[in-house]
Amino acid sequence: MMRMPSRSLSMALTIARYTLREALRNRLLWLLIGAALGAVGLAGFLQQLALTESQALQAALLGAVLRLAAVFLIATFVITSMVREANDKGLELLLALPLPRATYLFGKLAGFGALAVLPALLFGALALAMAPAGQAALWAFSLLCECWIVAAFSLLCVLTLQQVLPALAAALAFYVMARAIGPLLLIGQSGGATADLGQQVLGGTLAALGLLLPHLDQFTRSDWLVYHGGSGADLAIIAVQSALYVGLMAAAGLFDLYRKQI
Amino acid sequence: MVTRQKPLTVVPRPVWLLLVLALVLQVGWQATRPPPQAQARALPPPPSAAALQLAALGEPVALARLTMLYVQGMDDQAGVRIGWRQLDYGTVIGWLQRVLDLDPRGQSPLLAASQVYGAVGDPGRTRQMLDFVHARFAEDPNRRWPWLAHAALVARHRLHDLPLARSYAREIRLLATGADVPAWAHELEIFMAEDMNQHDSARALIGGLLQSGRISDPRELHFLEQRLQQLERANGAPGR
Repeated sequence: MMRMPSRSLSMALTIARYTLREALRNRLLWLLIGAALGAVGLAGFLQQLALTESQALQAALLGAVLRLAAVFLIATFVITSMVREANDKGLELLLALPLPRATYLFGKLAGFGALAVLPALLFGALALAMAPAGQAALWAFSLLCECWIVAAFSLLCVLTLQQVLPALAAALAFYVMARAIGPLLLIGQSGGATADLGQQVLGGTLAALGLLLPHLDQFTRSDWLVYHGGSGADLAIIAVQSALYVGLMAAAGLFDLYRKQI
Repeated sequence: MVTRQKPLTVVPRPVWLLLVLALVLQVGWQATRPPPQAQARALPPPPSAAALQLAALGEPVALARLTMLYVQGMDDQAGVRIGWRQLDYGTVIGWLQRVLDLDPRGQSPLLAASQVYGAVGDPGRTRQMLDFVHARFAEDPNRRWPWLAHAALVARHRLHDLPLARSYAREIRLLATGADVPAWAHELEIFMAEDMNQHDSARALIGGLLQSGRISDPRELHFLEQRLQQLERANGAPGR
């Protein structure tokens, strides 16, 4: 009874290792370094235009641009890598082995999760030049969690939609909604008691979305780098939200994977 | 996996010709186009606070900084310089308000209002900017007092409106009570009162400051005591 879980774990780790190796062979690390250099250049250029608080401007823009770059690269890699594997019949080959589908999915998730450590470490080191170590570490940890959530959602999208463009569009829509959900909820609530039926329906829809989506507007905030206001409470909220959401996405992915005729 | 490429000689001649022709056509087309004319754009009305919050996607501080750069760039557009007099100051203030709403801890909108847009040679516009700085001062006096202090000096020296300058200085004394606010900011009202020949008020203010215990620096105490003595002498001297 004990041999099966350890064998599954070993297989999952192998899948994770090959997923990570594939990312490195795809020159993802170079892309991340390029993104970091581009962000530093852009923030440095805009810093020269600022009337005042040029350091704050640089930190805020660097944080915002690096965050977008990390998420975009991770989501794109997850989707293109999964589609390529499906097109090469790699998925069919793997599932033809005595390998539980759950092991395959957890291996993939672990590989993408390990991959997300790269931007978190690299961009976190850049953040260290802008903010105290504690705030930079919080920002980097939050970026890691954000990348995990986006990677898990992208994996679900590509398992369900199976093509690059629809999966990428769905991941982008999810990310924009998850980052805008805070202000959207405030707008939905502003109608109050005087709202008509349409506004009530809209408010209800937004409230439901608020329950379903992770509130990424509270993640990886550049104001931690500017005003150094991040706290242990922020860290705890991000850790709990990430654990819950990655779990939810993994469950949804498993559900979809087990239903597939492969 | 590196794909090996064939030599250039295998490319058919028509393809070479097509490439060169396309390149020549492109360069020729662009060379014959009229050069772009610089046209000044008016600053559009600011979007609503909710729209900006939504557009920030959880990064209001970063958006505030970018928005500030956008507003700041309106007087120096590509190829055209616009005088501050040509800017619609109501619209500019609207944008500065939005930036401040996005990032209330940011200082650049108030700095721009008091030191940049307030430096325009039109007293009406300067007054608009000072009003804006004054209106937003009370929300965070301990952080925003420098800009109201600058506004007081602009009111005093450029607008020659001593009552306005003194009212700003008074608000700094009453509201900016944080430990980081320097003593001279609290003393600004004294100099305004002196300039208004209100020596009694100035004396009362210095006495109040000395008694409040807010001044701890010995040099500062000495300076204020000397100032108080001078004022008392001036008050005692007939005909002054």
